[in-house]
Amino acid sequence: MEATTYNYKVVRQFAIMTVVWGIVGMLVGVTLAAQLIWPELTFGIEWLSYGRLRPLHTNAVIFAFGGSAMFAVSYYIVQRTCQARLWGEKLAAFTFWGWTTVIVLAAITLPMGYTSSKEYAELEWPIDILITVVWVAYALVFFGTIIKRKVKHIYVSNWFFGAYILVIAILHIVNSAELPVTLTKSYSAYAGVQDAMVQWWYGHNAVGFFLTTAFLGMMYYFIPKQAGRPIYSYRLSVVHFWSLNFIYMWAGPHHLQYTALPDWAQSLGMVFSLMLLAPSWGGMMNGIMTLSGAWHKLRTDPILKFLVTALSFYGMSTFEGPMMAIKTVNALSHYTEWTVGHVHSGALGWVAMITIGSMYYLIPRLFGRESMYSTKMIEWHFWLSTIGVVFYIAAMWIAGVAQGLMWRASNADGTLTYSFAQVLNTMYPFYGIRLMGGLLFFGGMLMMAYNVWQTVRAGRVVNDAPIPQAVYA
Amino acid sequence: MDSGIVSGIVTIIFIVVFIGIVWWAYSKSNKQRFEDAGKLPFEEEDDTPAKKGDKQ
Repeated sequence: MEATTYNYKVVRQFAIMTVVWGIVGMLVGVTLAAQLIWPELTFGIEWLSYGRLRPLHTNAVIFAFGGSAMFAVSYYIVQRTCQARLWGEKLAAFTFWGWTTVIVLAAITLPMGYTSSKEYAELEWPIDILITVVWVAYALVFFGTIIKRKVKHIYVSNWFFGAYILVIAILHIVNSAELPVTLTKSYSAYAGVQDAMVQWWYGHNAVGFFLTTAFLGMMYYFIPKQAGRPIYSYRLSVVHFWSLNFIYMWAGPHHLQYTALPDWAQSLGMVFSLMLLAPSWGGMMNGIMTLSGAWHKLRTDPILKFLVTALSFYGMSTFEGPMMAIKTVNALSHYTEWTVGHVHSGALGWVAMITIGSMYYLIPRLFGRESMYSTKMIEWHFWLSTIGVVFYIAAMWIAGVAQGLMWRASNADGTLTYSFAQVLNTMYPFYGIRLMGGLLFFGGMLMMAYNVWQTVRAGRVVNDAPIPQAVYA
Repeated sequence: MDSGIVSGIVTIIFIVVFIGIVWWAYSKSNKQRFEDAGKLPFEEEDDTPAKKGDKQ
């Protein structure tokens, strides 16, 4: 018999875990920010040392928080815009339990110090294999649902999700090629500058396809839905899709300016990074213009505020990124706090805020409620997050530029003007402001958890939404 | 063929591909198709509130 309802169970599971992992990942982040001010904060316990918590933070916020959010929204959107129940019931359940196992394993092995030392790909080879298996299952469920769709067209969000699933599979397999020595130790298949180039081809495209393409798919569905009108220009979204994905692939070398990487490759990375500005801003404009004629909704609707502010941060950080990829700017900015600020303007401002907005849209619908338990708390959450991000990135801009200038300052005889400790000393006030910004953002997440808890508690009796039958049957 | 010529050829191919995509996206014959696709999120009833009823 043909299914009459959508599969919301797996969407619910991932949506709840998005909030849980968001809190875990950001708590680790706040701890790290505090450790930079008070290095002895965790009493010298090795499992809680900065070097081990740092990969835990990045993995938790990117792959646990962001990953769970992507599973939830891609499963939701692909079903609703294809008007078909998820293909592969058991496989979909497997992606949830498999992905959650990956996250738990990461949370155990990273503090124990097991790492392949590749940034954003630190997990050791047995976990890498599990990730691959889960990802293949994800691809089967997603594309299987696209194939059995009841509508003619494939909505643009699904194009973005499809590109993300496909590219992440390729990136993960290529970059994680490694030679196992023991159960917990492996060596990369690449060496020297090739290893660096493969790593940053992976690293930049993880930003490009995991944190950008995937979340743009989210934007293309939830902004039109929440604003109550179709996307400003669907045709622009088609050009956006192809040009963004095409150009992103080549921008990786900007992470290796002034290294042993051949000069032509560095220039190539810089040029493609500059070109990225065009599709990025095209997509941002497309999202923002969707609100034309509905601007008044921004005044009263905190969910829309989250979504639109996320787009504004997306615009800011996709302007900042190409600028930082210019070699001469990079000479100042690289290895400084400016980079950290840039990352968080994207990660907190864009990724987290578009996710939070989408979750506030999604969660009541998944649990049979008309709206979240408290709209006022969403409003508070919005302001806490926005002020938190602004504190964070402003502090890191000032700190980063100061750091870069102090590092490069030299005396007439060629010696360095400032010692490392002097530069570090200058950083302290900014580290304090950053911690405050992070705490505000984290506080907002706690508020969200309470709001979600109350919403879920009151909406226990739930139905999976029915699939429209009449029109296309 | 030196690398300069290769770069030139690659650049031209990329530009042609890009113009092709823009032409395809904005061509008149595809107008209706893309407008229909853009309405997909609104092709069905909104699911708030989900109907209360049997436990799943």
